[in-house]
Amino acid sequence: MSPDFNLSWVAALIPELSLAILLVVIQVYARVANPENRGKLGLLTAWGAFVILLITLGLWFIGDEPNSGATLAGSLLWGGMIRHDLVTLVFRVMFLVALLLTALISMDVKHLQKVEYYALLITAAIGFSLMAAAADLIMLYLALEMASISSYILAGFAKGDERSAEAGVKYFVYGAFATGVMLYGMSLIYGLTGQTNLYEIGRVLQGLPTIAEAQLNSPLIVDQLRSIYGVLLLAAVMIIVGFGFKISAVPFHFWTPDVYEGSPTPFTAYVSTASKAAGFAIFIRVFTAGVLGDPTAASAWWAMLVAMCIITMTLGNFVAIFQNNIKRMLAYSSIAQAGYAMIGLVTLTPDGSGAAMFYLLMYIFTNVAAFGVIILISNISKSDQMEDLYGLSRRSPNLALVMLLALLSLGGIPPTAGFVGKFFIFKAAIDAGYWWLALIGILNAFVALYYYLNVVKYMYLYRSEEEEVAIPVSRGAWVGLGFSTFFILLLGVYAGPAFEWTREAATAFYALIG
Amino acid sequence: MSEFPFLSVITLSPIVTAVIILMLPKEREENSRMLALAAMIIGLILSAYVYFAYNSDLPAAGTRWADTLRFLEERTWIPGVGISYTVGVDGLSATLVFLTAIVGVGGVLISWGIEDRPREFMAFFMLLVAGVHGVFVSVDAFLLFFFYELAVLPMYVMIVIWGWKERREYAAMKLTLYLLIGSFISFIAFLVLYFQLPDPTFDLRVWAEYDFARNLQILWFLPLFLGFAVLAGTFPFHNWSPDGHVAAPTAVSMIHAGVLMKLGAYASMRVGIQILPEGTVYWMPFIILLTLINVVYGSFIAMRQRDMKYLIGYSSVSHMGLVAMGFAAMNMNGFIGAGVQMVSHGIMTALFFAVVGMVYDRAHTRDMDRLSGMMKVLPWGGVAFIIGGLVSMGMPGLSGFIAEFPIFLGVWEANGLSLSEAALALNPANYYRWIAILAAPPIVITAAYILRAVNTVFFGEYDAEKWHDMRPILPIDKLTLAGFAVILIIIGVYPQIIVPMVESGVAPVVERLHEVQQASTILDTVQIGAANLLSWLGGA
Repeated sequence: MSPDFNLSWVAALIPELSLAILLVVIQVYARVANPENRGKLGLLTAWGAFVILLITLGLWFIGDEPNSGATLAGSLLWGGMIRHDLVTLVFRVMFLVALLLTALISMDVKHLQKVEYYALLITAAIGFSLMAAAADLIMLYLALEMASISSYILAGFAKGDERSAEAGVKYFVYGAFATGVMLYGMSLIYGLTGQTNLYEIGRVLQGLPTIAEAQLNSPLIVDQLRSIYGVLLLAAVMIIVGFGFKISAVPFHFWTPDVYEGSPTPFTAYVSTASKAAGFAIFIRVFTAGVLGDPTAASAWWAMLVAMCIITMTLGNFVAIFQNNIKRMLAYSSIAQAGYAMIGLVTLTPDGSGAAMFYLLMYIFTNVAAFGVIILISNISKSDQMEDLYGLSRRSPNLALVMLLALLSLGGIPPTAGFVGKFFIFKAAIDAGYWWLALIGILNAFVALYYYLNVVKYMYLYRSEEEEVAIPVSRGAWVGLGFSTFFILLLGVYAGPAFEWTREAATAFYALIG
Repeated sequence: MSEFPFLSVITLSPIVTAVIILMLPKEREENSRMLALAAMIIGLILSAYVYFAYNSDLPAAGTRWADTLRFLEERTWIPGVGISYTVGVDGLSATLVFLTAIVGVGGVLISWGIEDRPREFMAFFMLLVAGVHGVFVSVDAFLLFFFYELAVLPMYVMIVIWGWKERREYAAMKLTLYLLIGSFISFIAFLVLYFQLPDPTFDLRVWAEYDFARNLQILWFLPLFLGFAVLAGTFPFHNWSPDGHVAAPTAVSMIHAGVLMKLGAYASMRVGIQILPEGTVYWMPFIILLTLINVVYGSFIAMRQRDMKYLIGYSSVSHMGLVAMGFAAMNMNGFIGAGVQMVSHGIMTALFFAVVGMVYDRAHTRDMDRLSGMMKVLPWGGVAFIIGGLVSMGMPGLSGFIAEFPIFLGVWEANGLSLSEAALALNPANYYRWIAILAAPPIVITAAYILRAVNTVFFGEYDAEKWHDMRPILPIDKLTLAGFAVILIIIGVYPQIIVPMVESGVAPVVERLHEVQQASTILDTVQIGAANLLSWLGGA
């Protein structure tokens, strides 16, 4: 366990603590400000997130270099509850960016201009951030619930809208069930090892002889070992259920389309990016620590993950083709996108995990841009059907261009970030010897391209009777969309630094585990 | 050699122009044409300088490929995985960059009259040209793929928006999926090979000198080569191309048939043949059969067409088959012919599509049975079409002859089976001669369909009642047509202007192939068997 309390423990939590302060600030502001000024809440949240982002990055640059080269014990703080390392930092940055962008694109939606909405966005961000940092099953579960409960409420936030209410309830029921199953898996693991700290669990499990070894050396414990491994597998399956729910992998994806469709659109953008990234974060933490048994391609849970990954990509893409609600289409597309990121995970290499992290990072910008455009359009049309996009290029060429770039990035076409993201993922897969997995991924990318390009066609080719109706865009939304677009292009043509960063994080992380 | 980043400016200035054009306010949409033209002319001037500077100082024979590159620029890009921004040209790519610049200027001039969203049209056109330039100048494989994909996407948007109403949605999607799937299959092969390098890098100069294990070369050559050959219209992956040509607006057809298909041929040579010579020597005797089908089948199908654009489209498939056939000959003549054919066919098709576009804009039909007597109203178009047609038939004195003659010569003298000199003479196993013989009749067929098109469309009775929208062509159109025709004639009467250039570009590749052929005079038993069988089939 880690040494005694010192200030570095607090320093490690500065981003979360600052978010908590921001939470208080906006509450107070909402009490004292004029009711007319409520509209500024989003701006305040966005500024807050931006400042915290700068602080987080600044702390890292001025030498509080987490981990690289440090010991495992040194990076475990708060009695082994959280782990302060570069991976945590990378994910924190993702969540803060997601919060910033979501706050910006929320400002145009009238019924969301309430302090509760922004407060819940912030609490969810704290939850996500702690999920990425968790080094202990208890911490992990607490953070997960903090994020989840905020999310359930947000999904049902549009009071009076039946679909939103349905989304909230559906999300809650599925979510409560999935996290319940996951908790059960965790308790089984605790029962097996008597530990809650991920790394202690990994150490205990590594100490177990394999069945083949036992048959050679101590035949008496073979049966006992068999049952231990059986329980471990059961626990692994249960944890994968929770994880699969978070990232909406098939077959735990059924909630996704309904929740994405029904929830307020800014929240859909948030849940499809930040929440998904958080799911990946806990999973990278859990499996690399060996909590599910040795992280190798020989383990049963690995085969399960690969199967999930292939089905997720394929099903997500094929079902997306047939959607005529744009939010549902993006929901299925986001299922498929999780499948690509999973390719990075199942390579079980630092390169693969780094590529997955890069993918999630660029996915935040991409998806927020896409949903941002949809928000602006549906503010006018009051629906999210594909027809609303018809004639967009004549109606608002700039919005059409933003949407075009977002779709290209989702489809993986240069010069956007999605191209480089996919490239790193497939490269990592081929490096690890899974060229067939890369091939499946690439073929899937073409199925996806088909429906993304169809949307391009709707925007640029089809005509609509409402072409003359202007789409008002507030300054906040322009900033949000501009920021996203800028990064979609920047990460597309100059991916070097960001990728080196995520890869370095993953490499340092793996080095300390091995 | 030079401090000024010529190639970067040629490649990136259209992108910058595209951004500027997109930022123009709606009221000043008209300015987008001038901006686009300015960017293209700058590109033309710079690429002409690059071409003639290279031409005046050709590398000596036997130089390594890495040393034949000029105007090199190297910058780190993603150093961790060995990706760099490295651009440079050799004799072949300098020629193709020049070609692209010429067709690019022509494309802007021809689409001067676009009324529907000219701003978007010009911006996408700029991106397309930038992508094509980028592929030709890349010395880094990642960069090459990057630009390759960048070139495909504007094609989709432009065909969908400004294309021929009846087929555009279908054709655009088909084209995009064909090309992207092809390129990504090449890409997988490429990544697999990348990890074989002791020090993985995407620098093609390293690749071009590394000897991969023979079985790897044989295994991965096909995906690597054919993935790109899709874009060159190689049988049986040519299907997207006539549809795409027909559906695209005139300027895009010009770029598409004129330059983009060369992109496929160029990339499959640069990445496929140059990197995997042993795979090439192993597979080319089979691939040449595909190219033969291309040439023969393409011309027969063209014969059947009633639509002028389909006619040119299938004739392109046939002519691009000759390019691949030149590569498949695996000797100097074949490669030189292929290189010159790329340029000659590029200009010729651009010319054809420009004329067809002019006819269609006025007559609103491309049906050859309905058109007649166009010479009366479009004399410039008619003359240009006839010049293009003569090039297409391989008439001496025009560029087509300079291109096709070496290809046939190359195939005739080819030693595709790595036989020893003594065994080569009159060996029935060397079916290459049969292929040269079989590939010749399409020249006659070409003459037949071109002359028929000229005859029905441009000559015959002109019925003024029938056409309401006839108007004379603009001076800029005349300029474009004349420019293209002059180039075709110059190459035809003074081949020295291009042949040494192309020769210096392909020499390193041919030498590499030659070494492999020398090294493996003992044939694989399987290959002998297959080759005998094929020669028997080809001869029967």
